[in-house]
Amino acid sequence: MSETLRPETNEQLLDAVKWATAEKSPLEIVAMGSKRAFGRPMQTAATLDMSGLSRIKVYEPAELFMTAAAGASMSDVTQALEEAGQQLSFEPPDLGPLLGDEAGKGSIGGVVATNIAGPRRIKEGAARDHVLGFNAVSGRGEVFKSGGTVVKNVTGFDLSKLMAGSFGTLAVMSEVTLKTLPAPEKTQTILISWKADGIYAHAAMSAMAKALGSPHDVSAAAHLPAAVAKRSRVDYVAGAAGAVTAVRVEGPEPSVKHRTETLIKELKLFGDIEELHTSNSKTFWREVRDVQAFVGRDDLPVVWRLSVPPMSGSHTAIDLLEELRGEVMYDWGGGLIWLGLASEAADANADFIRNTVARVGGHATLVRASAASRSNVPVFQPLSSAEQMVTEKINEGFDPNGVLNPGRMYQGI
Amino acid sequence: MLMPKPDESVMARREELADALRAIVPGEGVIDGAEDLKAYDCDGLMAYKQPPLIVVLPETTEQVSEVLKYCHREKVKIVPRGAGTGLSGGALPLADGITLGLSKFKKILEIDYENRCVVTQPGVTNLGITDAVQHAGFYYAPDPSSQIACSIGGNVAENSGGVHCLKYGLTTNNVLGVEMVLMNGEIIRLGGKHLDSGGLDLLGVINGSEGLLGIITEVTVRILRKPETAKALLIGFPTMVDAGNCVADVIAAGVIPGGMELMDKPTIHATEDFVHAGYPMDVDALMIVELDGPDAEVEYLVAKVEEIAKKSNASYLRISEDDEERMRFWSGRKNAFPAIGRISPDYICVDGTIPRKKLAEVLQRMEGISEKHGLRVANVFHAGDGNLHPLILFDANNPGELETAEKVCADILTLCVEVGGVLSGEHGIGVEKRDLMGTMFTEDDMKQQQRVKCAFDPEHLLNPGKVYPELHRCAELGKMHVHHGKLPFPDIPRF
Repeated sequence: MSETLRPETNEQLLDAVKWATAEKSPLEIVAMGSKRAFGRPMQTAATLDMSGLSRIKVYEPAELFMTAAAGASMSDVTQALEEAGQQLSFEPPDLGPLLGDEAGKGSIGGVVATNIAGPRRIKEGAARDHVLGFNAVSGRGEVFKSGGTVVKNVTGFDLSKLMAGSFGTLAVMSEVTLKTLPAPEKTQTILISWKADGIYAHAAMSAMAKALGSPHDVSAAAHLPAAVAKRSRVDYVAGAAGAVTAVRVEGPEPSVKHRTETLIKELKLFGDIEELHTSNSKTFWREVRDVQAFVGRDDLPVVWRLSVPPMSGSHTAIDLLEELRGEVMYDWGGGLIWLGLASEAADANADFIRNTVARVGGHATLVRASAASRSNVPVFQPLSSAEQMVTEKINEGFDPNGVLNPGRMYQGI
Repeated sequence: MLMPKPDESVMARREELADALRAIVPGEGVIDGAEDLKAYDCDGLMAYKQPPLIVVLPETTEQVSEVLKYCHREKVKIVPRGAGTGLSGGALPLADGITLGLSKFKKILEIDYENRCVVTQPGVTNLGITDAVQHAGFYYAPDPSSQIACSIGGNVAENSGGVHCLKYGLTTNNVLGVEMVLMNGEIIRLGGKHLDSGGLDLLGVINGSEGLLGIITEVTVRILRKPETAKALLIGFPTMVDAGNCVADVIAAGVIPGGMELMDKPTIHATEDFVHAGYPMDVDALMIVELDGPDAEVEYLVAKVEEIAKKSNASYLRISEDDEERMRFWSGRKNAFPAIGRISPDYICVDGTIPRKKLAEVLQRMEGISEKHGLRVANVFHAGDGNLHPLILFDANNPGELETAEKVCADILTLCVEVGGVLSGEHGIGVEKRDLMGTMFTEDDMKQQQRVKCAFDPEHLLNPGKVYPELHRCAELGKMHVHHGKLPFPDIPRF
């Protein structure tokens, strides 16, 4: 059993990392542990538990930012935002359940470290686009910061981008500053129900492209094939008896009403139209955001996340499903494919999946699989030689002794 | 402004280097005549001038790669240059360096409406992208004031903003991918038509890296559908404090305008005299709030902002009736810099960001700075995101005035940092603010940033002397200072 260090002050955090650096003793960084199974499994001598650094330090709704200790729980963050009528516009998913953990865990540091984003990604960006600044301890055992609390900032390299999605391999963030934005007054979803599955997926990509290319300011577009749609807790979706495409409109009430009406006129040629109002809308998009259709599914042991050009979504997925048994669902207007596989091949079908994605351009991440698969198969998209060189050297600059989440992203880095 | 000491042995090889470059870039693409080089001796920051050793204007990625490979081998420095409109001296040449201009990369390579993106060469202007797609109802959102001239490659290098970035983000939020050549000549592709990175977000750190990490040879940007409607409110206030409160109240009410600009009295008068935009002359602060989006939303938000403005003591309020009037509201603001140019022989445009709530305080203290140094300051702001552009008026013909203006600039930027803001909102650090980096960052902060530089260009051949006040050798930066034996930190809770 490895040792756990649980700092409660920034000084203790610095001490812990300095110790690890001096002893070349690798640390696994966790807060709530909800995404611990995301990435390659690691063997570390000690665990750095960030849950003791959990305070929301500054929240100024009028300045549109929040600074929180990295271990702040997403439930605390969300509650504070809701009380002020604001939100993190990138709609951070709760991936815990998908990864076999319980719902409602997750920390702000974990959200940033994994650079995840929900359905609003297409309009508002990912975690990377909302991190305004951070304080951290590098693997060198040095405190450093980057960015600030303001949105417009070109002062030195934008290390916030680098930290977002680095899975704790570069530095341990002690606190992060995120952009906060007003939550929309109203949410409405337009559902298109298709009469059959399969080739209709191509038409669904076109329907989503039409909505997203319209001036109606669509904030999300997802397509659920029949097998996924029937698992929804929203009756209209589950009862559609076929595939469902959903388009979301948010904003002030009169605007939402007007845009919904116009969009319905433009989309009804694709299929039967149904509307979801605020409460059903919220339930539905939370399901999409958290990939709930694949949660608790022993029949889908492996889950991949594919990022491709939106219009290539259906072709990519259909090519994959011709060879592999499983299910898909599409978010981001077709640009995000969640692929669940019915069996766990030795390489989790990585080569086939990545070759298929390579034909259209994009990347594939192995999100859910056994620890054995995650250590044998490159979990993250393999790098080109130039990317590899730069990635290794960046890592070396932040964490030369490889003490922070070593091997979490790539073997040996 | 102290630049790294030129290497005379490199300068002595000008002819040999030019010949070698001509073997890579044939024709007129290599410039080494003293007169011709003068055209490249500065960028938009004209206070500093230095002709480059040679200018090379390649036309293909392969040529860029070969030039860099050659310079890497010969240890010759490179200064990348887009359209040369940058305001922080990022493209200021080096006496012993080659300026590599991307002005021949002028083609838009692909327009993909279904995936809502454009693939373009870096020399295409910012406005050129919008021009290419607007017939189909699309546009490229970031809109720096220089958009008619500045290049998209330069926008990536500086992470350019504009009046619309409060709602639509900066360059970094609108770039999907780049092709880039590393200093060793290696070509790297990051991102594409898909979202996010499969590994570390290298694309994210390229944006705003001011030409220190690589030379961008292709850019993929996302394009957006043009909003149905845009309306502007022109709002005058008796005091800047009232205007500042109005800005805060609009945001607090949950409204994120497409643009929210503020001008002070000297600017209002200078612009009105210049373009006759119909601005009220009896106000101390004038604000333009633009709301864009679907018709129904714009109507609703205009009413909301109007109500807030009245509560904030607005003494003048006019809502644009049509696009012509909206453009007239903007004409003054967009011509603020040339308008100031008419009332002052020279000016420095400062660029800092502050928390919105500090607006009134900063303005007041800026008056003090202006009085102390005896130079006038006129102010325009992107009020919505706290980005200030004070214009320091001076006459370079008066001995010592440039230096005084630089002091005013430094004092204002230091003030920005002091109240919780940053040194640059959108113009970058370049050489202009390089020596102020220490007001915002510790030595360790800057060293960590420079270690990223070392991953891309360990020999500091690419744009040295910019952004960071001190060039640390990468070998030095890589060293670890570890204190062994200080164990086991008994006060850390363990389990």
